Amino acid sequence: MSDLRPDEEFEAFLKDGRFMIQRSRSTGGFVYYPRVAEPGSGAQDLEWVQPSGEGVVYSATVVRNKLPTPDYNVALVELAEGPRVMSRVVGIDPGAVKIGLRVRARVDAIDGTPAVVFDPVQEGGA
Amino acid sequence: MSGFPRGRTAVVGAATFGMGEAPGHTSMEMLAKASLAAIEDAGLKLGDIDAVFSTLQQDPLCAMTAPDYLGIRPKLVETTRTGGSSFQIQAMWAALALDAGLCDAVLICYGSNQRSAAGGLMRTSITPFPYESVYQPRNPPSSYALAAARHMHEYGTTREHLAEVAVAARKWAQLNPEAFDRRPLTIEDCLSARMVSDPLTVRDCCLVTDGAAAVVMTRADRARDLKQPPAYMLAGAQATWHRHILTADLTTTSVAECGPRAFAQAGIGPQDLDVVELYDAFTINTILVLEDLGFCPKGEGGRFVSGGAIAPGGRLAVNTNGGGLSCVHPGMYGLFTMIEAVRQIRGDCGERQIAGAKLALSHGNGGVLSSQAVTIFGAQETL
Repeated sequence: MSDLRPDEEFEAFLKDGRFMIQRSRSTGGFVYYPRVAEPGSGAQDLEWVQPSGEGVVYSATVVRNKLPTPDYNVALVELAEGPRVMSRVVGIDPGAVKIGLRVRARVDAIDGTPAVVFDPVQEGGA
Repeated sequence: MSGFPRGRTAVVGAATFGMGEAPGHTSMEMLAKASLAAIEDAGLKLGDIDAVFSTLQQDPLCAMTAPDYLGIRPKLVETTRTGGSSFQIQAMWAALALDAGLCDAVLICYGSNQRSAAGGLMRTSITPFPYESVYQPRNPPSSYALAAARHMHEYGTTREHLAEVAVAARKWAQLNPEAFDRRPLTIEDCLSARMVSDPLTVRDCCLVTDGAAAVVMTRADRARDLKQPPAYMLAGAQATWHRHILTADLTTTSVAECGPRAFAQAGIGPQDLDVVELYDAFTINTILVLEDLGFCPKGEGGRFVSGGAIAPGGRLAVNTNGGGLSCVHPGMYGLFTMIEAVRQIRGDCGERQIAGAKLALSHGNGGVLSSQAVTIFGAQETL
């Protein structure tokens, strides 16, 4: 996989509305952020896979701003597949984003840049 | 075998310049002023310096800039770029290089006019990391906030615990004429302060100041004949576990690995230290690093610092200059923890002097808890 261009390919997926992560064929390990090899093992047999999108908030902060700029959440989300991602949990008050909250990924845009964000999962919902 | 030349080198000169504010000065001018003062403090001449380990935050080629300005043609230069911990790592390399005979007198120096020149945090030309930058964390505070929030969740650490760190630092600063912020500060002040990135308020964040510092190191045999009581370098160890908070272990720093290595080099344990000078860019740093150095079990740092335990008169003397929170923080603070460790060993600290201090730890932190480095210095009788 010496022709892998992880940053460029990840960005192209995002522009296409898809959140993709990498997985090593030999070790089965999931990789995020995108790299040319699995961290630690150095395995270069990485392929793109679509994660389930399910995750849990591992840590969260509210970036406070002066009006009129709204406060916003920045979170670290642990994906069901294992890797952690930085993101924003949207659709609820930024101060209500608590560690342990179940969330689901989707591709949106932040200030015009495509980005993976997370919505809270309604308890008992799908 | 620890691999470290314990006690075979020493800091023999130490100086600061422009602590807090130095309007009208460039960073290079400040570095030079501190350097010349440190060389004079040692009783050496500029021409004695044959190795220059220099750091200017915004100058990737500062290894050459500083020697050029000072008129030195060094045999050895070094510019570790691990942010605020660079200086502890440079001291480690300096000890090894001196002991190997590659050079005879190392100048480690730093200067920053960030407060006066930029009116705030310097924006260094760091390549943006797209997997974080698109979400616009307010860095560095947001990264440390994510660590603090996780520590609070896992261990029951509270905002009052964080405030204890800020108040203790301020009380030490009030004993230090060189400290920039010596105004009264209470726990309540911290709790009601403006939130920057939850759970960190402006009082949980370090100062944004100007400041320059320099130290001179030589081999121990030469150190004994110089002007000042030598602060012998007993240990120097670093560990780097991540760059981005995305890949960080949020509640354990790499001090948990390099701290024990440093203690083994020095042949002491944490309980033997008289003073502990930690890189407190944020209040959570002090709590994390006290745990990772072994002063208390993991998770107990908040309770450990409670009740003024690390303030003057407390059970452990931590950040006796007032720290990055209240003394000085000119972008990179690491060299200032070393200066304070050296001054405590010399007995030069006036009102804040820890009586009979013989063993002092100087810690550095760089990036977003990314690089950690621990150095230990001792007086003659610790050899």
